[in-house]
Amino acid sequence: MELNLLTICYLIASVTFIIGLKMLSNPASARKGNLVAAAGMTIAILGTIFLYESEGQKLHNYAWIFGGLLIGAVVGTLAAKKVKMTAMPEMVSLFNGMGGACAALISAAEFYHIYELHKASPDTAFADIIPMGSYITIAAGAIIGTISYTGSIIAWGKLNGRVKDFSFKGQHIVNMIVLALTLAAAVFAYRSTVGTIYLPFILIGFFAFIYGILFVMPIGGADMPVVISLLNSFTGVAAACGGFLYDNKAMLTGGILVGAAGTLLTILMCKAMNRSLTNVLIGSFGGGGTTGAAGGKKEQGSHKEISLSDTAMVMAYANKVMIVPGYGLAVAQAQHTCHELEKILEDKGVEVKYAIHPVAGRMPGHMNVLLAEADVPYEKLLEMEQANDEFKTCDVVLILGANDVVNPAAKTDPASPIYGMPILDVELAKTVIVNKRSMKPGYAGIENDLFFQPKTSMLFGDAKKVLQDLCAEVKSI
Amino acid sequence: MESILNWVSENQQIIYIVILMIFVGIEVIGHVPSVLHTPLMSGANAIHGVVIIGAIIVMGKAEPDNYFALVLGFLAVILGTLNVVGGFVVTDRMLEMFKKKK
Repeated sequence: MELNLLTICYLIASVTFIIGLKMLSNPASARKGNLVAAAGMTIAILGTIFLYESEGQKLHNYAWIFGGLLIGAVVGTLAAKKVKMTAMPEMVSLFNGMGGACAALISAAEFYHIYELHKASPDTAFADIIPMGSYITIAAGAIIGTISYTGSIIAWGKLNGRVKDFSFKGQHIVNMIVLALTLAAAVFAYRSTVGTIYLPFILIGFFAFIYGILFVMPIGGADMPVVISLLNSFTGVAAACGGFLYDNKAMLTGGILVGAAGTLLTILMCKAMNRSLTNVLIGSFGGGGTTGAAGGKKEQGSHKEISLSDTAMVMAYANKVMIVPGYGLAVAQAQHTCHELEKILEDKGVEVKYAIHPVAGRMPGHMNVLLAEADVPYEKLLEMEQANDEFKTCDVVLILGANDVVNPAAKTDPASPIYGMPILDVELAKTVIVNKRSMKPGYAGIENDLFFQPKTSMLFGDAKKVLQDLCAEVKSI
Repeated sequence: MESILNWVSENQQIIYIVILMIFVGIEVIGHVPSVLHTPLMSGANAIHGVVIIGAIIVMGKAEPDNYFALVLGFLAVILGTLNVVGGFVVTDRMLEMFKKKK
């Protein structure tokens, strides 16, 4: 009876995961979708704790279980509530890593369990104890989970600037070798006897650990969202391995669902940035950037600067101003100040709109979230196509910490690494004012011709500081 | 070869589920607008936290005096819960921002 109830719990959970994902992909129902999936998850967890039976035995160690749940829930909630909106992507990466580590630990525990059961006869071949299918799932869970864990931690470190891009010549070959060693260790472990199983199993974990680091290390920061999404689907597969191991349908469906959806999402993200997945992983950006360097060496003209008061003047007397927010705005936490400037300008009868590039910020959709947080009305956020239609009617375009998404090289220079990426055609406007901290190239590491065009003026400084000063200046006009 | 074929037919139910789920997963998010990529990724991230169930099972099956297994399971439960709870809360916070626009 109770086991049947548990089956129902898992069934409900699986269905809510599917419905939840479906609702999450539609703006109107997204928030509810998240709650639906969370409710399903709660049912599955409670069901497992109270109804699960294995060989007629209930689970025990309740104190440990609830202790773990409590610690995880408190820390998780606090971390998720405290994190700044701009740091959201690295938080997701971190949580993803936790999931991967969890899957790897489950495999390790299962491995240890099998070892304990058979340690009385150390000479038995491991292959005689468990069928190959089960062994593959255990090993795959350990390998994929570990890769996902170390990869996510590196991705987290890269996004918050603690880990720098690092690559060396022939790294792809080294990566391949490490991956091959991981698989070799897995095969070797299966061929070992129970008594000698320890070393190969530790080697599996060790090589997978190294591979996760090497896998993410050379990939450029701008491509991190794609990598996180990919690692996300890895963790899904690792979770599904656990589902296979325990013949648990909720884990299996949830894991595979995320594995498949995550892979598709990775591809969609690549498309939004007009990059191919292989390109991201092999890394033309991150691999030292031979193409990027070539673009950067090109002789540039001189740029001109504009003062704050001139900027304020130009904007206050414009009919229509388009703001192009980029990562610089996000880093400076300037979304609220930006909204304030927008209101002041509107009071002066200036029409203000925002042009949002699909990959503005650090992740697709990231900028929309940030501006929504600052109460910017939704109608003011234009998507790229709409914005490109409107630029020619704009008097002023104010670019806040965006660079690659307004780089005309994407259209004109086939040698540029971002060639072919859809960009915002800001040069159609009458005046372009670019706020940046310095002339340093953006994430793709390439120069931007836009900054040297006659209609472009540079306004250097931290986005927040500049916007605050602009607010004051415009007010006083 | 023989053993692989046996394994497939023994586990055909699961293999069917896996294949169907791959299609479902691709199908349900096929038309997601790019604005929702980040929240969707975050939501999916929370869903694979279902791995916590495995952690609970490991923990609950461990012998009370087997400290190594207990510690492994305990760590797994904490990490899994972090993934689930953190994932859903972060996603909700992101989507809360979207709701305000109405």
